Amino acid sequence: MRELLLEIADDELILGWRDSEWTGIAPFLEEDVAFSSIAQNEVGHARALYELAARDVGTTADELAFDREPSEYRCSRLVELRLPEWERTIARHVLYEQADAERLERLKASDDPEIAGLAAKIDREEIYHRLHAEMWHERLKEEPRYVEALEELRPLVGERNGHSPELEQLWEEMTVVRRSQPAGTTW
Amino acid sequence: MIYEVFRQERKGQPFQHAGSVEAADERFAEAYAREQYGRRGESVALWVVERGSIMRIDEFVDELNRNYHRVDGYPLKEKLKEARARAAARDR
Repeated sequence: MRELLLEIADDELILGWRDSEWTGIAPFLEEDVAFSSIAQNEVGHARALYELAARDVGTTADELAFDREPSEYRCSRLVELRLPEWERTIARHVLYEQADAERLERLKASDDPEIAGLAAKIDREEIYHRLHAEMWHERLKEEPRYVEALEELRPLVGERNGHSPELEQLWEEMTVVRRSQPAGTTW
Repeated sequence: MIYEVFRQERKGQPFQHAGSVEAADERFAEAYAREQYGRRGESVALWVVERGSIMRIDEFVDELNRNYHRVDGYPLKEKLKEARARAAARDR
């Protein structure tokens, strides 16, 4: 179960990071606000999941999020890609939300009330992410570039064997501030 | 399209204009309205309506200046002031 928690937490953190790259440059302002908010939600989910994962093993959420090597992350290939094209970003969003919904259902059925409770809480926010993904899907589903992106990215959804070089670059940026300080620095 | 958003802060209170969102259709308008006016728990309900569906009335003809139709046609302020002064004088 801890493995699954970390898997989801890593997915949410990395995807939140990638989605936040659209802040300030989304196709139009309303979408900028909406998509940035989704990105922020994902990072919030990651934080809560890391806290649960850290609970039993004497570490902290921050250490799990930022102090591991890139090869130790369990996120899927789907979320780590840098996708500067809107139709590919939306394709990833749609694929991710579908897979995430199924995974959250399993987590909600957990015997651990803390895990089941957190999954239910996260799912209540994900409902709006799914609405957002569906409305974009409806809008773009006839666009060849979007259809192509869906086909291109679909095989990567559950692909967790190995990472692309893009994760390493992202990790460098994501952890540079922490790494610039001696271990044990309090912020 | 522009959609006007009205929000209700607590059950039973009147809806008040909160602002507007620009969206391609109703689904997008719903998503953006939720995002901008409901996400922080500041509303219990929203009304979202396409701007073109709102009837605007802004001319109120009063050719004969019948000011007794208006609330400002019968100024109470002065009368109240006088009444208060009288009451104060009596109680002294």
